[in-house]
Amino acid sequence: MTVMLEARGLVKHFGAIRAVDGISFKVEKGEVLGFLGPNGAGKTTTMKMLTGYLSPTSGEAFICGQNVHDEPLATKRRLGYLPEGAPGYSDMTPRSFLDFIAAARGLKADREAAIEAAGESVHLASVWDQPIETLSKGFRRRVGLAQALIHDPDILILDEPTDGLDPNQKHEVRALIRNMASEKAIIISTHMLEEVDAICSRAIIIDRGRIVADGHPDELKARSRYRNAVTLVLPASGAEQVEKALAALDEVTDTSRSSDGDRCQVTAFAKGGKPILAAVNHLVARMSWAVEEISVDQGRLDDVFRSLTHSDAVDAGDAASGETP
Amino acid sequence: MTGFSAIFRREFAAYFATPLALVFIVIFLAMSGVFTFYIGGFFDRGQADLRPFFVYHPWLYLFLIPAIAMRLWAEERKSGTIELLLTLPLPVLAIVLGKYMAALAFTGLALALTFPIWITVNYLGDPDNGVILAGYLGSLLMAGGFLAIGSALSAVTQNQVIAFVLTVTVCFLFMVSGLPIVLDWVPELLGLRSIVAGLSMLSHFNAIVEGVIDLRDLLYFFSLIAFWLFANKVIIDLKREAG
Repeated sequence: MTVMLEARGLVKHFGAIRAVDGISFKVEKGEVLGFLGPNGAGKTTTMKMLTGYLSPTSGEAFICGQNVHDEPLATKRRLGYLPEGAPGYSDMTPRSFLDFIAAARGLKADREAAIEAAGESVHLASVWDQPIETLSKGFRRRVGLAQALIHDPDILILDEPTDGLDPNQKHEVRALIRNMASEKAIIISTHMLEEVDAICSRAIIIDRGRIVADGHPDELKARSRYRNAVTLVLPASGAEQVEKALAALDEVTDTSRSSDGDRCQVTAFAKGGKPILAAVNHLVARMSWAVEEISVDQGRLDDVFRSLTHSDAVDAGDAASGETP
Repeated sequence: MTGFSAIFRREFAAYFATPLALVFIVIFLAMSGVFTFYIGGFFDRGQADLRPFFVYHPWLYLFLIPAIAMRLWAEERKSGTIELLLTLPLPVLAIVLGKYMAALAFTGLALALTFPIWITVNYLGDPDNGVILAGYLGSLLMAGGFLAIGSALSAVTQNQVIAFVLTVTVCFLFMVSGLPIVLDWVPELLGLRSIVAGLSMLSHFNAIVEGVIDLRDLLYFFSLIAFWLFANKVIIDLKREAG
């Protein structure tokens, strides 16, 4: 596979704040990379360095093999970027705005077609001639996406592309990203974990300016203590005894119990994430418990996320880019 | 070049997307009329020239030009569109120039719309149209100088009011640096006072408006504009790195 984009030891300081503290990774064609991390972890700052908007304090970024710092125009040509908050000129209409971006990007003969295609891909027809300031948040975000797509770039960098969209719009945007994925290298940042599951072929978790995890979403999930955990739902009366019996199993590290009215959930966590369903089933059959439901967890991304990141991360990225609301 | 013209056309159109263009042009025309006829005594002088018209332009520009320039970069920074602009495959200088030239073209349009007074003076008498043309040139250069200062200073802040106040102040200092109001504060040291006096926009402007087009006066305005536009680029680069 071809490496489309590479970050090599990116570091960015804002005064005394180390917003990004040594980030390296490669993205290949066909990959959709999800940037995950608490607010202020350095996601946006990293993206800004990849696009060439910010220069790294140290380290280098490469777009299609070219250094972003040495070849600013050539690398920007191959890049589509949706900045955080999807800014647009409020007095322009989607049509005139896209026309401006197309002209500034040097599209000529195929300009009209490119504008139409970009508008169509995110369904802007109904607001085509309305000033952007009158549009809803969802439409503004779509205008921002259309602007990033207009020149059919090899690389897309999208900062929170589905933020503020309703579930239908989210679904549409995700489908759009999935459809383009095989042709491009795409980076999205998000704080919605389900989004990573839905579209990303790889996820990087960033905390305090460093990468703390990098892998396929399923691999990351496998690190969760919920990996292969078995949850039983049963009447509250016998729950305590069941929990004790489960905890006594060799394959089980720990158990937890929560009750909801007269029902109780008992979860047994697997030692080393190994399958324990057979052992639990065996126990259930032997003790003939009145189990109503039994389920196995794949592992939970939010659990991995919480265990790897700090909620008190200094809001470095946000404080630094205080311009964007 | 295509990038420059795209920026230029967007910026120029932006003036007309809001009532800004109309308000500016109407006030500029009305004020220049008031200055010419009431304060300048256009008729009482009994001379067929446009001196009373041009001589008040610097004072008019002092407040009107910063109002045009203040939005150039402050607005982009406030709304975040500066990120879009600076991630386009265009050199920063092309964007600075595109915006500046659009603002200058708009000011030039307002200035051109004062043509009835030129017709009037030709109808009433037999003026030296060469001097009048020089007056228009001097006026446009003055506006161009103020716009360059305003463009650079609007990149300093995302607050348009601050940009306006800063620009008025700096423009005022550049304008009157040949007068005692500034010179009295400058120590008489190594010819410093004459250097500061030489920076006065007003004296260069007056020389051109008299009808004497000296290369040094033109050079003064061109280098003033070039300096501030370069400063504009430097400020943009510094500000984005600071976040």
